[in-house]
Amino acid sequence: MSDTGMNKKVQIHEGDPNTTGHEWDGIMEFDNPMPRWWLWIFYATIVWGIGYSIAYPAWPLVSEATNGLLGWSSRGKVQAEIAMVEAANAPVNAKLEQLELDRIPSDPELSGYAVSAGSAVFKTWCAQCHGSGAAGAKGYPNLLDDDWLWGGTMEDIHTTISYGIRNEESDDARYSAMPAFGRDELLGKEEVSQVVNYVMSLSGEPQDASQVAAGAVVYADNCASCHAEDGSGDRTQGAPNLRDAIWLYGGDYETLHETVWNARYGVMPNWDTRLSEAEIRAVSAYVHQLGGGE
Amino acid sequence: MAILDKHKILETNATLLLICSFLVVTIGGLVQITPLFYLENTIEKVEGMRPYTPLELAGREVYIREGCYVCHSQMIRPMRDEVERYGHYSLAAESMYDHPFQWGSKRTGPDLARVGGRYSDGWHVDHLRNPQDVVPESVMPKYDFLERTMIDGKYIGDLMATQAIVGVPYSEEMVDAAQADFRAQADPDSDYDGLLERYGEKVNVRNFDGQPGVSEADALIAYLQMLGTLVDFSTFTPDASR
Repeated sequence: MSDTGMNKKVQIHEGDPNTTGHEWDGIMEFDNPMPRWWLWIFYATIVWGIGYSIAYPAWPLVSEATNGLLGWSSRGKVQAEIAMVEAANAPVNAKLEQLELDRIPSDPELSGYAVSAGSAVFKTWCAQCHGSGAAGAKGYPNLLDDDWLWGGTMEDIHTTISYGIRNEESDDARYSAMPAFGRDELLGKEEVSQVVNYVMSLSGEPQDASQVAAGAVVYADNCASCHAEDGSGDRTQGAPNLRDAIWLYGGDYETLHETVWNARYGVMPNWDTRLSEAEIRAVSAYVHQLGGGE
Repeated sequence: MAILDKHKILETNATLLLICSFLVVTIGGLVQITPLFYLENTIEKVEGMRPYTPLELAGREVYIREGCYVCHSQMIRPMRDEVERYGHYSLAAESMYDHPFQWGSKRTGPDLARVGGRYSDGWHVDHLRNPQDVVPESVMPKYDFLERTMIDGKYIGDLMATQAIVGVPYSEEMVDAAQADFRAQADPDSDYDGLLERYGEKVNVRNFDGQPGVSEADALIAYLQMLGTLVDFSTFTPDASR
């Protein structure tokens, strides 16, 4: 009853386009032309492709590829973009580099620029250790408070950032090394325990009050030359103040015991080879205004 | 259009269609790939490139084994934002001794092409042990087992010999001294003059993980700390034609 039998002759009506001439199992196809708009866009892309390969680097030849009439290159582009930004910032960067360091925070025009630019530098290069909010982590100083290991003036911060601390790359890196009192057998087990209790007593409660008096003697003989008689530390050696309750590694008995036994050796890279002077000054100003700048 | 009329032969013969399709794809591929082997400006010559030291090469093996490339690329593209964040854009020459290269294609973590010297060794130890200790926002897994897994570099000479076959300029002397150099680089108290003589004065010789013995963390950190540091960019003038 239906018209789909294999032997049925296909009906071609008047006005139908020609067929392609192909026939498979009795199926034929009309030779409809492509839509004109589609065809013209297709031709246009071919013309565009030829023009593009003339204007831009494209065809490989004997020793190098064609450079293109426009002279475009990805390297040239990034160089031009960087040069443009540098040129735009050059006047204010020049001022930033010339002004005395300690006057930058009070300069109304420059401080705003320096803090904004410094914030970007900080988030790119510093946040991995000091935290994106600058609160630090165990072993990496908190920059929000006013407790400084190596000093908190603009000059001090600038020096620390430029040359780093205890790194091997910069000859001007800040350097000091606490002896490993336990590991290198400078102090016995008992003495380490005593001095840890004494240090704990300076800022709070010792774990074992009976050892504090003996610890004071050990402290005076071994620790006072760097951390000062009263435990207030020495910034010229990066020796922390032991009288406050701020700890870089921790102030509990176990952590302090570990510190005295094995010593700590925190390293900060130098940035003078990676950042420009203006960038270092900007990030110094940023760190300086976080809360503890002196 | 006599030749187009013959198209029916292709369309009705599956094997012939397959062979001819393969031919067309081959021509397309050759046009794109072959010039890279003979064009003189594909890989520019730069000062400072050297093969990896045995310890760095072992660290690179750890890097590949742990799939670091799945989240970290080693390819700084020539774009302003990348150059400002990571440093000078990568050069082809900087991965000339990488078999296989570690360019990667996905950045869940940051690009590592110039991570060398950016952080302290201690930071890398803390970070591998528990990344969230230093970067609370990080989604990186812990690799604390690396510092507990000791390695002796027993097969590192074999690996170097294999790399030499594919074109890395390891000399016979380097392969012979591989295990000694491997140990020397992680021990600043050792006699490492030979290591520096073979691989250059700039090689980092440190106890990278701060613990006795050579661990996988030592090797990995030695590798990370030299990434992107070999080429001296103060002597480098970019050629715009590349």
